[in-house]
Amino acid sequence: MASILTYTFRNLPNTSKLALGFSVRPLSCSSQLRAAPVAQTKSKKTLAKANIRNVVVVDGVRIPFLLSGTSYKDLMPHDLARAALSGLLHRTNVPKDVVDYIIFGTVIQEVKTSNVAREAALGAGFSDKTPAHTVTMACISSNQAMTTGFGLIASGQSDVIVAGGVELMSDIPIRHSRKMRKMLLDLNKAKTLGQRLALISKFRLNFLSPELPAVAEFSTNETMGHSADRLAAAFSVSRLEQDEYALRSHSLAKKAQDEGLLSDVVPFKVPGKDTVTKDNGIRPSSLDQMAKLKPAFVKPYGTVTAANSSFLTDGASAMLIMAEEKALALGYKPKAYLRDFVYVSQDPKDQLLLGPSYATPKVLEKAGLTMNDIDAFEFHEAFSGQILANFKAMDSDWFAQNYMGRKTKVGLPPLEKFNTWGGSLSLGHPFGATGCRLVMAAANRLRKEGGQYGLVAACAAGGQGHAMIVEAYPK
Amino acid sequence: MVASRAIGSLSRFTASRTFRCTGYICRNFTGSSALRTRTHVNYRVKGDVAVVRINSPNSKVNTLNKELQSEFVEVMNEIWASDQIRSAVLISSKPGCFIAGADINMLGACKTADEVRQLSQEGQRMFEKLEKSTKPIVAAINGSCFGGGLELAIACQYRVATKDKKTVLGVPEVLLGILPGAGGTQRLPSMVGLPAAFDMMLTGRNIRADRAKKMGLVDQLVDPLGPGLKPPEERTIEYLEEVAVTFAKGLADKKISPKRDKGLVEKLTSYAMNIPFVRQQVYKKVEEKVQKQTKGLYPAPLKIIDVVKTGIEQGKDAGYLSESQKFGELAMTRESKALMGLYHGQVTCKKNKFGTPQKEVKHLAVLGAGLMGAGIAQVSVDKGLKTILKDATLTGLGRGQQQVLKGLNDKVKKKALTSFERDFIFSNLTGQLDYQGFEKADMVIEAVFEDLSLKHRVLKEVEAVIPAHCIFASNTSALPINEIAAVSKRPEKVIGMHYFSPVDKMQLLEIITTEKTSKDTTASAVAVGLKQGKVIIVVKDGPGFYTTRCLAPMMSEVIRILQEGVDPKKLDSLTTGFGFPVGAATLVDEVGVDVAKHVAEDLGKAFGERFGGGSLELLKQMVSKGFLGRKSGKGFYIYQEGVKNKSLNSDMDSILESLKVPPKPDVSSDEDVQYRLVTRFVNEAALCLQEGILATPTEGDIGAVFGLGFPPCLGGPFRFVDLYGAQKVVDRLRKYEAAYGKQFTPCQLLIDHANSSTKKFYQ
Repeated sequence: MASILTYTFRNLPNTSKLALGFSVRPLSCSSQLRAAPVAQTKSKKTLAKANIRNVVVVDGVRIPFLLSGTSYKDLMPHDLARAALSGLLHRTNVPKDVVDYIIFGTVIQEVKTSNVAREAALGAGFSDKTPAHTVTMACISSNQAMTTGFGLIASGQSDVIVAGGVELMSDIPIRHSRKMRKMLLDLNKAKTLGQRLALISKFRLNFLSPELPAVAEFSTNETMGHSADRLAAAFSVSRLEQDEYALRSHSLAKKAQDEGLLSDVVPFKVPGKDTVTKDNGIRPSSLDQMAKLKPAFVKPYGTVTAANSSFLTDGASAMLIMAEEKALALGYKPKAYLRDFVYVSQDPKDQLLLGPSYATPKVLEKAGLTMNDIDAFEFHEAFSGQILANFKAMDSDWFAQNYMGRKTKVGLPPLEKFNTWGGSLSLGHPFGATGCRLVMAAANRLRKEGGQYGLVAACAAGGQGHAMIVEAYPK
Repeated sequence: MVASRAIGSLSRFTASRTFRCTGYICRNFTGSSALRTRTHVNYRVKGDVAVVRINSPNSKVNTLNKELQSEFVEVMNEIWASDQIRSAVLISSKPGCFIAGADINMLGACKTADEVRQLSQEGQRMFEKLEKSTKPIVAAINGSCFGGGLELAIACQYRVATKDKKTVLGVPEVLLGILPGAGGTQRLPSMVGLPAAFDMMLTGRNIRADRAKKMGLVDQLVDPLGPGLKPPEERTIEYLEEVAVTFAKGLADKKISPKRDKGLVEKLTSYAMNIPFVRQQVYKKVEEKVQKQTKGLYPAPLKIIDVVKTGIEQGKDAGYLSESQKFGELAMTRESKALMGLYHGQVTCKKNKFGTPQKEVKHLAVLGAGLMGAGIAQVSVDKGLKTILKDATLTGLGRGQQQVLKGLNDKVKKKALTSFERDFIFSNLTGQLDYQGFEKADMVIEAVFEDLSLKHRVLKEVEAVIPAHCIFASNTSALPINEIAAVSKRPEKVIGMHYFSPVDKMQLLEIITTEKTSKDTTASAVAVGLKQGKVIIVVKDGPGFYTTRCLAPMMSEVIRILQEGVDPKKLDSLTTGFGFPVGAATLVDEVGVDVAKHVAEDLGKAFGERFGGGSLELLKQMVSKGFLGRKSGKGFYIYQEGVKNKSLNSDMDSILESLKVPPKPDVSSDEDVQYRLVTRFVNEAALCLQEGILATPTEGDIGAVFGLGFPPCLGGPFRFVDLYGAQKVVDRLRKYEAAYGKQFTPCQLLIDHANSSTKKFYQ
């Protein structure tokens, strides 16, 4: 394992520069790791709690995450969710009738399938006796699906849950304008020809201008990219740092893909098209080329560009989670425990994307762990600038004291344990589906590289955030 | 102290430098030796960009005073002389203020027009050098950028501004009776186009950053930042500087053009403005409009038009010359002195001279959801005060809530608020019919009907439920506060807060203290008023306090004049012609005939003959016929929804006819009619000062102008006496006294002032 890590570093010429930006810790850490891998002593042997049922992840899958407008563009969201569910069935061979409940997360809803969980479950061949509901919480929607399932299991209401998420950004509901809608609805109610004609006579050409789903935060009217740019500026994150981080994400993802580490990906035979087998947004470029891009949001002097932001993505993910005893009774060897989790929220204007900074210390304290106990960090990468701003926030005593009500800083996650198989910047970010990917990446990394605890954290629109501890299932 | 400040800031700059500038080699510190001697303006060199920081010591704002100007010139000369500097950035170190304008006291100190002209010319020369600078200069604007500050900014090659709510640009000189005298009249038209430039200079309008960007007044916007590794305000200024430095470099390297892409409409306008005929039409139109609005009482707007015209038609040199000459002339006018006096008065009345209250008011309760009550709630919720609006009936309450919501909605339409902010603000308001939650109230303002027994009932009910520290304020226009407080268990907590309708538009708040009102109660009431954005005068209790008491005799005279056969329309034009924003007859309709009658009766009883003149019978008959003014649709005029030109109420003819009195020819000329009204007002105001109702003439002037619409060009009753001459005022009063008697007898204070040429209300 240690050799893999050192390889990672040698393979990334830019990391050293980047590392300088934060601290020299990553490098010294890696040498330590080489001397004594995994055998670190943990604050706690396990996070099992006396009176609560253990919740385990049996396995989880996702269909390849694709740039929107590519192979999935003619499908509907429930088609993607269906594919993920079929993949999960195939991977786990779970008997359909043992599944108690299905929960999916999604952000931009297709109005025809507003409860996309139910439509996808039926289409994927699950029992029509298994209820399903859909949750939404921006980029942490599938995290919400998982933790909802967690609650049902831990409280003894259910034993077997399928949780997942889906997003199709290739097609979004564009509506008629309110005026047009009003006219159409009134026309429906009109009884006589005269009434109809009177209504139609009120028609104006501007009724036809369409209404797009808001990409901006409702409360502040600011797009997320714009907010990310301001956040990066507030923490003095330079364009170069952001480009370097994005390059790291793409390089690591490419390596993980090439080495076959992304084992959660299941192939998807797209109707009428070829079978898709891998993510298509991973594109390691060069710093020079990235430097040529113009800022995408704060023009002309901003620092957030298309290359250092996550791209619009289509994709779906699904996970099978169970009460531990049920999984064992069914003969499964679970991959990981789901442990403590927290949701946080803060000012949606100036701290929109700082969720991980707030959630990380909170979940660690709740679990009784420290940063040193964590072997695998999986943070959602919305923007390079967002990740780096979170790093700086976590590394700042001033920020901790003035905004988080803490005496000292949270501390930096060591880079060699951080998103080592790529992240949302490179793998893609189908809003509703990313949470499950993060948890599976943490679980799979712990299995592959050794280590006991993983920490998943993400930010979401509305100034919200989430973090969860994943504990490796003993081999 | 100053030196330590400078050193403190020096160390801070150095610290931040090393933090940010790891990328390139530091080779600066040329300015460091000068740092020790300069107090207002300093600069550092970053690479090849000089960052000039403006920071006047011991002040919240930067003003272009003499020291600042001379230091600025010194600094700029060093920058121009330096070989290593290729461009410069001008920035203020003060959060919330770039440069608030020229130093008004500097103008006030000038004795002659010539001195003022020289000041203007110095400014012109300085800014011309900036404009012609071969090294590009970028103004980085965060916070207020007014008058001379904006003139400085537009002389630079490029402007970057923060998109903060505090970043506001404008040339408010016209509001002080002067004109932008440092090249503003010449540069603005070419920068934003003639129509927009006229609009800015003739209205003195505040322009928010995003609007300024659209107009072409600034070239780039920078969004304010949230918390990072430093307090947001500090980091925002730093970020603004970083961005401005990038642009300064870009300009020096010719990678960025200072020229702006104009939109189609703008191109067409500027094309049209190239045609002399079109320009002439514009001048004519604007002049007509100004004449109509100012009635020729304000000289500044016309001179502004004249100066702009000279610059465009006869070239820049003539323009600059005309600008400085007219600037000097205007600064010496009475109108300008009056307006500047008002400005100073306003500043004084925006301070709490009673100190910080022991307990900050956070929870407010307003009784009565009528026009006033809802208005008070409206100006409170948007400042973050948790406000309970209580009424006796659900319909009344609903109307009040709707009024608050409408006020907020109007702001959303004007883009001063987002719809989300509106919702958030509106959540501060609780509407209810009972006294639930009053146990948490820090202050209760009652705005129930003007009836003493009702106010007594309400006071007793409220005192039963509020906590011990809670203040009871009464919003009344005439009922003496000590009479209201008579039934209170804790009269030291009772105070009067007289708001003016419409509350969200009228700036004045008259606070009335009784003998028993405690100082802390007063401090608290002033603090709340200031929070609500009001200009505040604090007066002693008495019938009609100050404002109503001054208005009453004038209103009585209005009735007499109408009885003497002057048509309401003619009376209106006479009063507006004198500078009142609303005609006298219209004012009665606006106030409400029943209210006027009520007040006239009450004060008539209290003050006797002095408040006589017109016959109360007129008001009584109007009330009995239901002519209550605007609220009932009929008064002296007829009011109809959607009809702009109101017509006279012909039903009034018979009433006026029946009460007609013969006019006295030697005091009935147009001018006499105007002065009969004004001198009675002024005399009563002076009496208020003489009797100690008013503490200072300043408060008297502010109250009269901002609460009652006394002509701003006269500066208020006391300024008017100073500028017009106390002797002349007394002479007028004596003349009218001879015709009408006691109502015009000048008060002792005025006579004293008339007898001594050195006695002035303002020294």
